[in-house]
Amino acid sequence: MIPLNYYLILSAVLFAIGTAGVFVRRNLITILLSIEIMLNAVNLTFVAFGRALGSADGQIIVFFVMTVAAAEAAVGLAIVIALFRHRESLNPESFASLKW
Amino acid sequence: MLLLIPLLPLLGFLVNASFGRRVSKAAAGAVACGAMIGSFAVSLLSVVRLVRLEPEARAIVNQVFTWIASGDFRADFTLRLDPLSAVMILVITGIGSLIHIYSTAYMHEEVDSEYARYFSYLNLFAAFMLVLVLGANFLIMFVGWEGVGLCSYLLIGFWFQKKSASDAGKKAFIVNRIGDWGFVLGLLLAFVRFGTIDFQDIAGAVAPMAPEAGFGTISAITLLLFVGATGKSAQIPLYVWLPDAMEGPTPVSALIHAATMVTAGVYMIGRNAVLFSHAPTTLLVVAVIGTVTALMAGTIGLVQNDIKRVLAYSTVSQLGYMFLAMGVGAYAAGIFHLYTHAFFKALLFLGSGAVIHALAGEQDLRRMGGLRSELPITYWTFLIGSIAIAGVPGLAGFFSKDEILFRTFASGHTILWVVGLLTSLLTAIYMFRLVFLAFHGTRAPQPVKPAHPEEEEPAAHHVAGDDAAAGTQASQSPVPTHQAHPAHPSHGAHGGSAHLHDAPPAMALALIVLAVGSVVAGYVGLPGILGGGDWFARFLEPAFGVHPAEEAVAEHGLELTLMLVSSLVAVAGIGIAAYFFLKNRHAADRLADQFAGPRRLLENKYYVDEIYDAAIVQPIRITSESGLWRVVDARIIDGAVNGVAEVVGGASDRLRRIQTGSVRAYAASLFLGVVLILGYYLWP
Repeated sequence: MIPLNYYLILSAVLFAIGTAGVFVRRNLITILLSIEIMLNAVNLTFVAFGRALGSADGQIIVFFVMTVAAAEAAVGLAIVIALFRHRESLNPESFASLKW
Repeated sequence: MLLLIPLLPLLGFLVNASFGRRVSKAAAGAVACGAMIGSFAVSLLSVVRLVRLEPEARAIVNQVFTWIASGDFRADFTLRLDPLSAVMILVITGIGSLIHIYSTAYMHEEVDSEYARYFSYLNLFAAFMLVLVLGANFLIMFVGWEGVGLCSYLLIGFWFQKKSASDAGKKAFIVNRIGDWGFVLGLLLAFVRFGTIDFQDIAGAVAPMAPEAGFGTISAITLLLFVGATGKSAQIPLYVWLPDAMEGPTPVSALIHAATMVTAGVYMIGRNAVLFSHAPTTLLVVAVIGTVTALMAGTIGLVQNDIKRVLAYSTVSQLGYMFLAMGVGAYAAGIFHLYTHAFFKALLFLGSGAVIHALAGEQDLRRMGGLRSELPITYWTFLIGSIAIAGVPGLAGFFSKDEILFRTFASGHTILWVVGLLTSLLTAIYMFRLVFLAFHGTRAPQPVKPAHPEEEEPAAHHVAGDDAAAGTQASQSPVPTHQAHPAHPSHGAHGGSAHLHDAPPAMALALIVLAVGSVVAGYVGLPGILGGGDWFARFLEPAFGVHPAEEAVAEHGLELTLMLVSSLVAVAGIGIAAYFFLKNRHAADRLADQFAGPRRLLENKYYVDEIYDAAIVQPIRITSESGLWRVVDARIIDGAVNGVAEVVGGASDRLRRIQTGSVRAYAASLFLGVVLILGYYLWP
């Protein structure tokens, strides 16, 4: 059996990749994808802990997270489409007019 | 039943205040007069009931409800009728009714809504005055005390479009506030000292004590209460508002500033006779201030040229007499003078009102004259009033004034007696100067040239100016503006040859009834020496709870001599006035020129207004303006408020730079925050 630590390390790596993606990439769709990666890293942690502790709770939470992630993706993409229609751009820096 | 006495005028006020502007003048006047006459009828019935009781048990108490009950403090809304308040309610409702009737004619030139406003104020005044005299404790009295002050202010400033009138109203109110401050402090001190504010309880607590030798708590209480009395009853140093109060309609001057409200201070001392009797220091102060006021106002009255101002100073002077009586412990004599004074002074004011009414608002004595034949009813009634106030034997003023002078002499205050006698002489002189100038001689067709232009009474000019102003306003807008004076246009110009109308029936009725009263009112207090029973004093005695000790000691011979002296003084005063103002006016002018200095002093009313202005008003104004306003308010208070706003604004100006609008920056700060918080908790 694969030890818990391996899962956690993989999860941390995935989370770090996601986070880096959010900060580094300049395309809104890629940023959304990076967020999905972060969410799935968390899901992996939940499942791994649930397995290790012999409890179903981790899996149940993962279902919730996936549902919310689906909704988030739908709303996020809709916003991205709306923004794109507005500015002909997917660069988040071009949507910085909501400031002081 | 007692409650009905103040309640009826209050209802009249409510009706006129609510619906008065929508009904005709006749209806508004009828409501107001009906309320007063109803109140008079109820008062009469109550007094009859009171008189039927045993002399020592003469009191009708009506506890309406408990107003305040908090810890030890308890104030009931209780009305109490005893002989003293019985006299007062009869004066207030009786003379009040007559003045209401008189007013229906006097104020007839006003538009409907103003007319109703006038009568609603007048009724409200009567209601408060009745509460004042019927209240069984200090707090209820204070309610009335403040209420009449309010109505006085409203009625003095009734023609508020005239600046002098609204100023006079404010002056009256503010000066009265100074007195009220003393009254409230006295009330509180009385509560602290006795634990109650009920008149009967306080009197009961004080009665067994010995009179204070020095200056103790009771002296302090009574002195503070007397400060209130000087404000309300126009005594030195707070008398200055009363002459200015003549800006109000003349019936108001008669009712409020002669017959009733200004006597509230005298009544208050009478109500607390036991308390005052235990403070000889205060009594001496009261007597001296009363006497000095009487003399001072009498001298000013000698040279005034405004008919109402002469009467106003006369009122101040007569009030001084009442305080003299109170101060020497002759409470019954003081109240007796209050009661007779109400008749003849109301009569004199109403008579002057009839003159002013006939002359289209003219108030300057120098532009009157010869009215005797044109206004016979006014003349004869006015003459009766003047004789009564001068103290000629047989009329009301004689009995009461003589009683006061006699008691003063009998109590050993010889100096005060001499001054009182001198004032009596002055009273006769200035009253008959008024009569001779207004009703005898010939009317000057042209305005006389004032000897001192700056002192020229502005009233007459105001009338002309305001009428003109009202006329132009009326031509510009259809809204009817009321006239500055109840002047009928058909009366013609000042002093013109137009036919003058004597008092209309409603006014004549009031004048005649009051004239009869001025003759006969004194006989209820006919002293024993003249075959009377001194019923008035005996009726009042239980109400004071103080038994004058020296009564039995008084010698009949002395009393008769003094009576003769004061009668001679009165007749001499009339004679002097007749010589200078009827027979030989040049002599008066010559005398005035010889004593130009004192004359100017008197014409300027001893410069008291100017002194108050320089000593009190201006310092307060200057401190307020350059100190409180420009420094404390503008710099400190506004500075603090604006400073807080500036600090917040400046800080926000910098802080808001954080809101960049960049989503990635927000995400980064969120991430950083989470890392920091987790790091803080997870760090070993």
